[in-house]
Amino acid sequence: MSDTSIVLRIIPVSYLSALGVRRPHRMIERHVMAYRRQWLIVVSGFFEPLFYLLSMRAGVGDLVGDVSVAGRAVPYDAFVAPALMASSAMNGAIFDSTGNVLHRLKYARIYDAALATPMGPADVALGEISWALIRGQIYAIGFLAVMAAMGLTESWWCLMALPVCALIGLTFASIGFLGTTYMRGWSDMEIVNTLMMPLFLFSATFFPISSYGDWAWVVQLSPLYHGVALVRACNAGVWTASLVVHALVLLVISVVMLAWASRRIDRLLRR
Amino acid sequence: MPEPLIVARGLKKRFDEFEAVKGIDVEVQPGEVFGFLGPNGAGKSSTMRMIACVSPASEGTLRLFGMDPAVDGAKIRARIGVVPQLDTLDTELSVQENLWIYGRYFDLSRAECRRRATELLEFAQLTDRADSVVEHLSGGMKRRLSIARSLINEPELLLLDEPTTGLDPQARHVLWERLYRLKQQGVTQVLTTHYMDEAEQLCDRLVVMDQGLIVAEGSPRELIDRYSTREVLELRFGAGTNDQFGPQVAGIGDRFEVLPDRVLVYADDGEAALAEAHHRGLRPESALVRRSSLEDVFLLLTGRSLAD
Repeated sequence: MSDTSIVLRIIPVSYLSALGVRRPHRMIERHVMAYRRQWLIVVSGFFEPLFYLLSMRAGVGDLVGDVSVAGRAVPYDAFVAPALMASSAMNGAIFDSTGNVLHRLKYARIYDAALATPMGPADVALGEISWALIRGQIYAIGFLAVMAAMGLTESWWCLMALPVCALIGLTFASIGFLGTTYMRGWSDMEIVNTLMMPLFLFSATFFPISSYGDWAWVVQLSPLYHGVALVRACNAGVWTASLVVHALVLLVISVVMLAWASRRIDRLLRR
Repeated sequence: MPEPLIVARGLKKRFDEFEAVKGIDVEVQPGEVFGFLGPNGAGKSSTMRMIACVSPASEGTLRLFGMDPAVDGAKIRARIGVVPQLDTLDTELSVQENLWIYGRYFDLSRAECRRRATELLEFAQLTDRADSVVEHLSGGMKRRLSIARSLINEPELLLLDEPTTGLDPQARHVLWERLYRLKQQGVTQVLTTHYMDEAEQLCDRLVVMDQGLIVAEGSPRELIDRYSTREVLELRFGAGTNDQFGPQVAGIGDRFEVLPDRVLVYADDGEAALAEAHHRGLRPESALVRRSSLEDVFLLLTGRSLAD
C-alpha cells in the first residue's frame, strides 16, 4: 500500500468513515508531492536537537556531572537526551500544525480547494495531524540513532521511545491544529513561540522535577513534562505505575483536542 | 422534459444576523448554461457555495442530481467541478502536479490522473508550462488552470464563480471559447458574473439577483425585450452637470435615467430621440445611440448600476 497512513492502520476504517473520514491519506499524498522539491526543509528539522545534544555533551555535561534518575546516577547528557527527543517531537508537531496549517488554511486556501472534491473537513484535519506524526517519527528515528551512536541509550527498551514520541506528536499536533483554527493572522504565531519556550525549558527537560521544589505542580501542568517522563523511562528501561498516568494524560488531551479541532475546522471551512 | 439537474426551493443562507440569500427558487436543466447576474453582495457566491455542497443551506430545499447535499455531499461533489472566484491553486506544486493531486482527491488512479492531466493541459493551452511553478503564471493562465483542474473528474456540472473577473479582454475571449466548447460537449454550467457581455455571450438563461433575491428570470434576449426599449441614447454633459440637464430630456422616449457621468434615454428609435434632444436645444459634449443591454435591465430592476 503506497498511501502511507499510520492512522488508518490503527483505527478500524469503518469507524472512521462513519465520522466522515475517508481520504485523510490524500492530504498526506499532497504533502509528499510538495516536499519532494523542498526535502532540505524536512532534513533541517533534524539538526536543531542534534546540535543541542552535542553542546550538552561537550560543555554543560562536564560542569554538571551526574544526575539522579529513579535512584540511579546518570551522566548529564544521558539525562538530557531523552528530554530533547521528547521536545523535538513536540516542536515538530507544533511547527507542522500551526504555521504550515495557517498558511494552507488562510492564505494558500489548499483546504478550500480540497473540499470542493469528495474530501471532507475531517479528512483534512486527520490528514494534517497524521502528516505531522509521520514527519515527527522520521526525526525521532534519526534522533534515537544518534543517541545510540553516542552511547546514550541504555537498553533495547529505548525503542519504546518511538511510539511514545508518536503520542507526544499526536498531543501537540492536536493542540496546535486547534489553536491554528482560532488564529487571525501571522502575528498570532508569536503567541505560539512565546508559549513554546517555557514549555521547552521548564518541563523537567534540563533538570529533574525534584529541583523545582514547591513549584513542581506547575511543571506537571505541562503536557511536555509527561512526555519527557515517558521517554526517559523508556531509555532507562525502568517501568513504574506512574507512567500509565503520564500516558493517559497525553491520550486524553489528544482525544479531546482532536474532537474539538474537527468541529472547528468543519465550521471554518463549511460556512 | 428531462429531470432538472439542480432544483432549489425557498433556499436561504444566513450568517449569524445577516441573511445573504433570502429564499430563491431555481431550476437548471441538463446541458444548460445558467447564470446568476448581480452586483457584489447580491448573494451569488453564497448561492454557488450551497450548490457546490461546501456550505449548508440555512433553510429551504436543494437537490442536485436528485440528491440532498446534507446527506450525499461527497457523492454530489464527485460529479461536479468548481472554479472558485479566487484561484485556490496549490502554489507549492507545479502546473501538472496541481492536476494530478486534484485527480487523487477524486480517487482516480495515478495513471488515470496523468492521462487526463495531459489532455487537460492541451485543452487549457498550458502544455508547454506543465512543469512551471504556479506562481509564475499570468492571471489568464491561472484561470485556465483552475478550469482545467475543475474538469479532472469529468464533471456533469461545472460551477464557475466570476470566471473572468480581473482578466484582460483577450484572456476573457480565450476563456469564453473554452467554455463554449464544454457546452457543446454537453457539460451543464452554472456561472455568476457581474459582466453583462459575459452573461449575454455565455448564458442560455439567467436570473438577476439583488440583495439576496431573484428579481427577474429569462434568456438575455427575453429580459432585454421585457424590461428595456430597443435602443438607448447616451448623452454626456460636462462633469457635474448631468443632474442639471438630465430632467430636460423628460418625455423623449419611454423613460430616462440620470447617472453621475451620463444621462440615458430609453427609446425604440435612438436617432429620433437624439434629434428631439437637439431640437430642445440640449448640447451634450457627446451623444451615442446603442442597443439595449442587460446592463439597462439591471438598472431598471434594481435602480443601481452593476459597477457599484
